[in-house]
Amino acid sequence: MDRKEILSELKKVLAPYTESKEMLAEINEQTDLIKDLKINSANLVDIIIDAEAQYNIEIDFDAAEKMYNVGNCIDVISEKINKPA
Amino acid sequence: MNDILKYLPYKSSFLFVDNITSLDENGVTGDYTLKSDAFFYEDHFPGNPITPGVIITEIMAQIGLVVLGIHLMVSGVQQRGIAINEGSFPLLTSTSVDFFKMVLPEEKVTVTSKKQYFRFGKLKCLVEMHNAGNELVAKGVFSGIIKNAVK
Repeated sequence: MDRKEILSELKKVLAPYTESKEMLAEINEQTDLIKDLKINSANLVDIIIDAEAQYNIEIDFDAAEKMYNVGNCIDVISEKINKPA
Repeated sequence: MNDILKYLPYKSSFLFVDNITSLDENGVTGDYTLKSDAFFYEDHFPGNPITPGVIITEIMAQIGLVVLGIHLMVSGVQQRGIAINEGSFPLLTSTSVDFFKMVLPEEKVTVTSKKQYFRFGKLKCLVEMHNAGNELVAKGVFSGIIKNAVK
């Protein structure tokens, strides 16, 4: 799965958690989950759990800590997909 | 099992836990009896005291989320990046509750909580409240975190 494909699926994962539907439509690798998408910071945990189910991966504390913008999320997800535990 | 109550940060008028009757890493059961002289009955409603939904929610959060969360943290189910200390306090991050029955002064309510997950410092639970007649009073999903005081 390439970065574009991960991004389009990630959009679906993020959709239930953001009030900024316009920002979500224009999402790119620089989009910040909290500042731009106005996601409740505690809901980042739910996004990680949903992403784990969506991509069938496991995200640990170190990886989770990096996931504050879309590009970082894609980095973590693509690394985990290509290197199954 | 009531030993856990000493960790609760609430005092007097805002402490809504009397007893913990069951507690393990997957859930908790506890009870609270509404005091007829509680500060909210005088005005909610004048001459017609009914427990506010927000207080029902608080009772469910204190027993179902805070007691279980503190238990998980002090019993050694440690997670990196989170810690509980003197300056810590619990924060409710989301809740959605349905109410089925009214609760009147002096009623005893029992709260049962089942853990859905505890990850990255966030606890999410399915919480139910029953009255003394074992009727369902309220049911909902609660999530919270432990926040360290900003100094």
